[in-house]
Amino acid sequence: MAETKPTGVIRKLQKMMTDGSISCRELTQRYLSAIEKENPGLNAYIRVTPDIAMETAARVDEKLAKGIPLAPLEGIPMTLKDNISTDGIETTCCSKILAGYTPIYDAFVWKVLKAQNAVLLGKTNMDEFAMGSSSENSCYGGSNNPYNPQYVAGGSSGGVASAVSAHLAAYGLGSDTGGSIRQPASFCGIVGLKPTYGAVSRFGLIAYASSLDQIGPITTTVEDAALVYDAICGADPMDSTCCGGEKVTPSLGGSLEGMRIGVAREYFDGIRQQDVTDALNNAIAAYEKLGARIVPLELPVLQYALPVYYILACAEAASNLGRYDGIRYGYRTSHYRTVDEMICKTRSEGFGPEVKRRILLGNYVLSSGYYDAYYKKAQNLRQNILRALEDTFTQCDVMLAPTVPMTAFPKGFTSQSQVETYLTDICTVPVNIAGLPGISIPCGADKKGLPIGMQLIANRFCEKTLLSAAYGFEQATWQQHIAPAPMGVML
Amino acid sequence: MAKYEMVVGLETHVELSTKTKIFCGCTTAFGAKPNTNCCPICIGLPGTLPKLNRQVVHYAIKAGLATHCNIAEDARMDRKNYVYPDLPKAYQISQYDKPLCYGGYITLRSGKKIRITRIHIEEDAGKLVHDRGDTYVDYNRGGVPLIEIVSEPDIRSIEEAREYLENLQLIMKYIGVSDCKMQEGSLRCDVNLSLRPVGSDEMGTRAEIKNMNSFSNMEKAMQYEYERQAELLDNGEAVEQETRRFDVGSGCTESMRGKEDAQDYRYFREPDLVPIHTSPQTIQQLLQQLPELPDSRTKRYLEYGIAPADVASLVKYQAVARYFDEACQGVENPKTVSNLIVGQLFRRMPTDEEKETCTVAEKTAPAQLRELVQLLESGKIRMNLAKTTLETMLDTGKSPSQLLSAEDLSQVDDTALTEICRQVIADNPGNVADFLGGKEKALQPLIGAVMRATKGKADAKTAQKLLRELMACAQ
Repeated sequence: MAETKPTGVIRKLQKMMTDGSISCRELTQRYLSAIEKENPGLNAYIRVTPDIAMETAARVDEKLAKGIPLAPLEGIPMTLKDNISTDGIETTCCSKILAGYTPIYDAFVWKVLKAQNAVLLGKTNMDEFAMGSSSENSCYGGSNNPYNPQYVAGGSSGGVASAVSAHLAAYGLGSDTGGSIRQPASFCGIVGLKPTYGAVSRFGLIAYASSLDQIGPITTTVEDAALVYDAICGADPMDSTCCGGEKVTPSLGGSLEGMRIGVAREYFDGIRQQDVTDALNNAIAAYEKLGARIVPLELPVLQYALPVYYILACAEAASNLGRYDGIRYGYRTSHYRTVDEMICKTRSEGFGPEVKRRILLGNYVLSSGYYDAYYKKAQNLRQNILRALEDTFTQCDVMLAPTVPMTAFPKGFTSQSQVETYLTDICTVPVNIAGLPGISIPCGADKKGLPIGMQLIANRFCEKTLLSAAYGFEQATWQQHIAPAPMGVML
Repeated sequence: MAKYEMVVGLETHVELSTKTKIFCGCTTAFGAKPNTNCCPICIGLPGTLPKLNRQVVHYAIKAGLATHCNIAEDARMDRKNYVYPDLPKAYQISQYDKPLCYGGYITLRSGKKIRITRIHIEEDAGKLVHDRGDTYVDYNRGGVPLIEIVSEPDIRSIEEAREYLENLQLIMKYIGVSDCKMQEGSLRCDVNLSLRPVGSDEMGTRAEIKNMNSFSNMEKAMQYEYERQAELLDNGEAVEQETRRFDVGSGCTESMRGKEDAQDYRYFREPDLVPIHTSPQTIQQLLQQLPELPDSRTKRYLEYGIAPADVASLVKYQAVARYFDEACQGVENPKTVSNLIVGQLFRRMPTDEEKETCTVAEKTAPAQLRELVQLLESGKIRMNLAKTTLETMLDTGKSPSQLLSAEDLSQVDDTALTEICRQVIADNPGNVADFLGGKEKALQPLIGAVMRATKGKADAKTAQKLLRELMACAQ
């Protein structure tokens, strides 16, 4: 059980550093030691960067010694999903095809965090090219759930979620194309925010599906999510689709009195576990107690969300992943006679089965003769879903839904049941299709002691409302929160 | 009479002369060491995003306006997917169904309009370099901006194709969006050609001949293709719809791929870029930036009474045309200026390249030529002297006023001329006698003598008239 009302880890750690109770180097060293101890059982980190972390920590300590005030995330040990480009640090998307690829530039988000001396502990595990729901599609093997290592951490940002949940990083950045931040946050009992499409620059995020991808924070508390979001959101001239978003931290903590919470039946229809339904009903009751008004909604168009998502995501992925040909960087097959053969063998050997499946699907739905039946239809439906979801925000301020219709899968489940796994994305994909912000926060546990996540969804660029709603709930229900067995850095 | 008529449409790729590439800040300079004008964006490193160069859009709109196109208020970028080592992202960012410009035309000398279907913007690919059995890729050209200008199949002959392409090239140069150098690949075109019986309205099956990089190759390829298809049709065989390449060595076109191997480019909207919205104000501003175009210039020069051949050679070089226009300011008869330019200045710049930049302007400014022509028009000097003075001007860079003395410029009035003629008659009794004896030819040496005595300033006709009168009186 959490012992105190959750305040942000980030502020707490910074306070400890500024009041001299711990140096940044000492803090960093504790995280590095914890990673060394716990990571073999979790496989959250696939690349640890102790030298970079300690160098940064030393710089922070110099500032502390001089009494220079720290930036909001300065000196805080953190991690990045392995699809976020880091200059000089190998970045592979957990794919064999990018083995040995070291970027020569920083992703926008990392540039911003690096500038305020964020302490990078290492890069974390993920499903290959962010395609998957368990991180088991990683060429490094799956990440385990800190609540029970026989269960997956979720995916695709499973490594970040596992690391943050096990206190092997204060926070991390993941990416969310169809739920890849929210789903593992839900599985690992923590907070995952998928910002509005266009609030955070995608520059340097290795693309899976460009019109759906968004970078966001994975943290233990809503306040931390707000702090990290504030640091990374903002317009970036290098990303034409990014116009930035408003800072949210200052607005946290307001009353939820009169807030309209929309509940669409369709989101609840697919729930597979009674304890998940119960936890969500309790959450709805908690909101009512906080003075919020529950608004029942109908969103029949959501039945199309999953096929629309898989058609569009695969189409874009097929195009985005065409560049991995072994010519310029990454893996290249060792035996070939012609360029065509080299490209063909490199891709056959370099990509895993799930990535190949999505490339095939994507090329199929874009090919002449099938384009109208699949891709074009999906684009049209995307507009319908977008309008329907936007319309709901005339009736409510935020929507409440499950994040996943179930708790964490046992290891090996996804490879046995691929279509089944696709279906579990049902609650997370609508947000990406419509470019809305969504957050997953813990709302209980199932019979096995695995965390249950609740999803809140707001209108585009309404992160303030979204995080206020999440914060209010978190503050009111912290006593129900379960924690994994103590591990990692507990301060 | 020919049995078949050719039906031709051209797809022309024009490399835009913006300083930087279409989606990044790399220079577009030609001829650098391989892979030195590249960055993470134009080599498509994972995670990079394109950022559309505004200048490219403006140049393309200018190209559209100069060819009477409509400009789309809402244009889009799309991905054209295909795998080739010189294409680092495995897709080319281009425009599919929402091009920037559409529905224009180019007018031929005959007055016939060749319609332009569309003009769209896209990125160029890199290129493969083969060396001693190895193949290398140079991405310097990757991401260089191109416009593709697609014509309707309105062209009916090799001559029309050439004229269309020459006009297009000239327009693009005039508006300053491209240097259109075919030898450097900044202008290349694909020819779509089919045949049909003369008098028919039906379209035959076409072959597309890729990547013509000179006018003569285009003409040869079209001629070959015409004959090839005519022979097939004569023999009752079908023309295959296919893509062909022109082999310069053999002068033949050969099949690259048939219809069944046609690439499926799997076009879809480029999700990394936003729609291109062009306001009427922007279009208006760009329209105002356009210079006078070749068509209107040609019309104006013809109105000056300049011979069509001379008009063509002035208009062909924008710098020369500008030089001409400036020299003409305040001149009574522009034809005099054009005669001097075509007759004398052109000899000082024999190559196209020199005429492109009008190199003579370095020595002789248009104002100096104007000064000379004005002296001519005011009768202060005669054509002979003007011509020799112009040569000296071009040699020395001096102005007419620096080169011509007061005496040169003093007018020879009729009284003075009469006196000189009397003297010449007195000095040349032999010629006078011959003339009076009926030898018309004997007048010439006398006129020559008058001209020498007046240093060429006398008007030969007046001198002749005076000599005749004086000799008649003396008789």
